[in-house]
Amino acid sequence: MVVIVKALLILAALAFPAHAQQKFITLASTTSTEQSGLFRHLLPMFEKNTGIQVRVVALGTGQSLDMGKRGDADVVFVHAKPLEEKFVAEGFGVKRFEVMYNDFVLVGPKSDPAKVGGTRDIVAAMHKIKAARVPFASRGDASGTHFAEVELWKLAGINIAKDKGPWYRDTGSGMGPTLNTAAGMNAYALTDRGTWLSFKNRGDLVISVEGDQRLFNQYGVMLVNPARHPHVKKEMGQAFVDWVISPQGQTAIAGYKIGGEQLFFPNAK
Amino acid sequence: MHASACILPLALRDVCFSAGGRAIIDRVSVELAAGPSTIILGANGAGKSVLMRLMHGLLQPTSGEIAWSERDEARLRRMQAMVFQRPVMLRRSSLANITYALEIARVARSEREQIAVEALESVGLMPLAHRPARVLSGGEQQRLALARAWALHPEVLFLDEPTASLDPSATREIEMVIRAFDAAGTKIVMATHNLGQVRRLGDEVLFIHQGRLVECAPVARFFSHPASAEAAAFVKGELPW
Amino acid sequence: MDTILQAARGAFDLITSGDRTLAEIVLLSLKVSISAVVLATLLGLPLGAAIAVGRFPGKRAVVVLLNALMGLPPVVVGLVVYLLLSRAGPLGGMGLLFTPRAMVLAQAILVLPIIAALCRQAVEDAWIEYQEQLRSLGAVGFRAALTLVWDIRFSLLTAILAGLGRASAEVGAVMIVGGNIDGVTRVMTTTIALETSKGDLPLALSLGIVLIALVIALNAAAMYVKEAAQRRYG
Repeated sequence: MVVIVKALLILAALAFPAHAQQKFITLASTTSTEQSGLFRHLLPMFEKNTGIQVRVVALGTGQSLDMGKRGDADVVFVHAKPLEEKFVAEGFGVKRFEVMYNDFVLVGPKSDPAKVGGTRDIVAAMHKIKAARVPFASRGDASGTHFAEVELWKLAGINIAKDKGPWYRDTGSGMGPTLNTAAGMNAYALTDRGTWLSFKNRGDLVISVEGDQRLFNQYGVMLVNPARHPHVKKEMGQAFVDWVISPQGQTAIAGYKIGGEQLFFPNAK
Repeated sequence: MHASACILPLALRDVCFSAGGRAIIDRVSVELAAGPSTIILGANGAGKSVLMRLMHGLLQPTSGEIAWSERDEARLRRMQAMVFQRPVMLRRSSLANITYALEIARVARSEREQIAVEALESVGLMPLAHRPARVLSGGEQQRLALARAWALHPEVLFLDEPTASLDPSATREIEMVIRAFDAAGTKIVMATHNLGQVRRLGDEVLFIHQGRLVECAPVARFFSHPASAEAAAFVKGELPW
Repeated sequence: MDTILQAARGAFDLITSGDRTLAEIVLLSLKVSISAVVLATLLGLPLGAAIAVGRFPGKRAVVVLLNALMGLPPVVVGLVVYLLLSRAGPLGGMGLLFTPRAMVLAQAILVLPIIAALCRQAVEDAWIEYQEQLRSLGAVGFRAALTLVWDIRFSLLTAILAGLGRASAEVGAVMIVGGNIDGVTRVMTTTIALETSKGDLPLALSLGIVLIALVIALNAAAMYVKEAAQRRYG
């Protein structure tokens, strides 16, 4: 099997010969940062400064961290603080730096069948959705957003794994597909604001709840540990980490807007 | 070419062949010697084609023995050729169909084209040498099949109803080529149910009826004094075919 | 209905605008899929022909397996190739994950059984017609298989086109092993998936129409070649 694969690879190399050593790093990040358009705004600036190309593989936070664990990425840029801290503690990441935050919003049908509109209290809103048994579309994909959603149910005193009913639609997919599903079935959903603002197929969905402190969504960045994976491009990777938390990188993040609205708020220490 | 001993005679001893529990060839014993052209005669379904395929080695007998005087398997194969009722031509030119056969027969590359051209000339197909073989007419394809066999200079040529699907003029052309083979000293073994063809081309007849060899006789005697009732009926044209 | 009309217009605009990003994505898609099909053809045709002509114990089982593998799920192939090429996997040292080569590999594995299985069927059918003649001429085994494959080369084109269709249409495998990296491994199908997940359904559908048009054009060209050749060679 491996022999056949190797033979195929040698032949594949004929079609795609290796280019003169291009400087690049592989960044495992989340769909929210990629699909909101932030990276398209940010990465050309970094590349212009350093000559380093950043190749983004956009996955859920869980998968991104797994990529880092396997050594398939040089830098991980995600949003689930407890998971990130565990990643570093287990020696897969060098050090975690906070980069920026945005916030989650609860979106739902304009008709608001669970009557959650007009409040800022996300926990109360979760209660009402559960009580009204109206459709709720969940990521269900071990992403940062999914993780945050589960935390909110927990704050509302609901063990969602146990208490979910047919109203709880586990889509097992990315943010965009989950929003497509929610729009299709007029369900509530938790989404990061960036994806929501750049999302086009909204149907009848509007923002139902926003602005609660508990909807705060922190992003962190970390270099994959070269001690574990010697091939990690540690200089170039570190250069990227240093840049996004530098004043220059932070200003660039603050400068990204959709329709005049700022999407991410830099807060590196 | 014919320096070594002839692969003939071919001896069949109690040869049986059955398929799906049905006996198609039933205890046939006969010996074919070099020289006379042998016609395997019989009605459709009598077992002519199967008997010929057994002789040529395309089928293995269920029981009994088929022995050539030649023991060397490779030379044995090389010294026989067969022309089928429907010629199977490869998707390449007429000439290339012949050089292909020569290549398989291990004829030196430098000689192949020359031999192929001679073979095409002998059947009058040289003007069509570079035409794709598959677009030739039925009669032309059958002549090409004969030219392919010709190029191999076989000692024995098997012909399985070579004119069954051809019109009279194409049939005449094919018969001319067969006579030329005979004149060149090739042993002809031909299956047919065409009595005229037996008279025109045959020296001896093997008459097959329901898988059994009923009669083995020189052509003239077969027609004047058929020894069996079945042969007599066939000669009179009473058996359906 | 509105979305579909809008998408059709969008597709037309995309094609006529000569958008560079789109051109690069289309080009990469073609390069990856065609390379994969070439690889799969090089291996698949001899394999299929050998199985067709060969006589060996367990042949039926091999044929069943081969036919079943035509339906290999792309995601599973993608996952296996990912695990092989991942830094933590047996071929991790080559550093090929998230490169076009990895995508070629995954698609070649996906397409190989299709080409081999369809080739086996075609060769086996031809073998019935040619067998006696070839054996009479003394062509057996590998030699006979080679002759058959060459002789039915125009029918095999259909098998190769089926492979190309599969390769250019699949998204599951290239998404996983390529990573859908902008400008590096982003191809038509992963772009369509991305635009769909961004909720830009008209753009996604426009790209889909472009992809389908491309596949139709490729097939039409191949069909034209095949028919011209068949008229020529019979």
